[in-house]
Amino acid sequence: MFKMELLRVKKSFIKTLESLKQILPMILGIILLVALFITAVPESFYNSIFVGNKILDPLLGAIIGSIAIGQPITSYIIGGELLDHGVSLIAVVAFILAWVSVGTIQLPAESMVFGKRFAIVRNSTSFVSALIIAILVTLTLSFL
Amino acid sequence: MKENSIKKHKSRWIFLVLVIILYLILALVNFSLVKESFLTFLNLLKKIFPIFFVVLFFMFISGLFFNAKKITKSLGKDAGIKGWLISIIGGILSDGPLYMWYPLLLELREHGMRDAFIVAFFYNRAVKISLLPMMIYYFGLSFVIVLTFYMILFSIINGVLVEKFLKVRHKD
Repeated sequence: MFKMELLRVKKSFIKTLESLKQILPMILGIILLVALFITAVPESFYNSIFVGNKILDPLLGAIIGSIAIGQPITSYIIGGELLDHGVSLIAVVAFILAWVSVGTIQLPAESMVFGKRFAIVRNSTSFVSALIIAILVTLTLSFL
Repeated sequence: MKENSIKKHKSRWIFLVLVIILYLILALVNFSLVKESFLTFLNLLKKIFPIFFVVLFFMFISGLFFNAKKITKSLGKDAGIKGWLISIIGGILSDGPLYMWYPLLLELREHGMRDAFIVAFFYNRAVKISLLPMMIYYFGLSFVIVLTFYMILFSIINGVLVEKFLKVRHKD
């Protein structure tokens, strides 16, 4: 009985190591890309993008949020700063949501793991959702 | 099947090699940017390292206690509300970058986890309990409540939509 349990633990351990071996090169690749992006694009860059247009700004917010990468907390800080600089709430919400839910930089890795179609459809629906939620949040808050 | 797996394994190495080549080319143009990026990379690795162990631990535990039958029951086609709840709560509670969770989700998917639940898990990673105070500080409580509600709702809508779309494409 004990021997069988030990065998099960060993099997699970080997399987985990195998998965690690398979996924490690890809994770290292993504982290290298993320590091390059964070270094090359300063936070102040985001402030200079918005033009004050009610339709264009949310779209720009969602596009920039989709390309940008980093901790969600960074998107809150940038979002807060953007609001202070007069950028519309819809644009800021679209920016934050796209930042956390759409991953353009991780797209090649996501495609390799879950399939190209899955990655493209998931990121596309997340992008559209970011815009819809941004509108819904702003509308709901205006009624409260 | 085996050939396919070898091809997939190779493509993962190709991705890393391509990124390294990009670094090398950029180093010729702007060495200080690459040097700084590499230091950021090391810092990120240091931050991510503990989370990586958490993911590996979950994978080990899932391999030990959950077989395909159990996973299919909780996260498969007939999982129902239970499956949605597990994916939503799992997404909210999971920490670290999204890509760190790829191996575990891939393993669960291979054992029968629905694509809709994977999408819901991904989307709910946008809702982070530990970051809520920070969000409240910047945007206010009512904003956070409304946003969180819509994010959870849309995680389900997105999950259903992605799965439907993938099914339609499969039929084609």
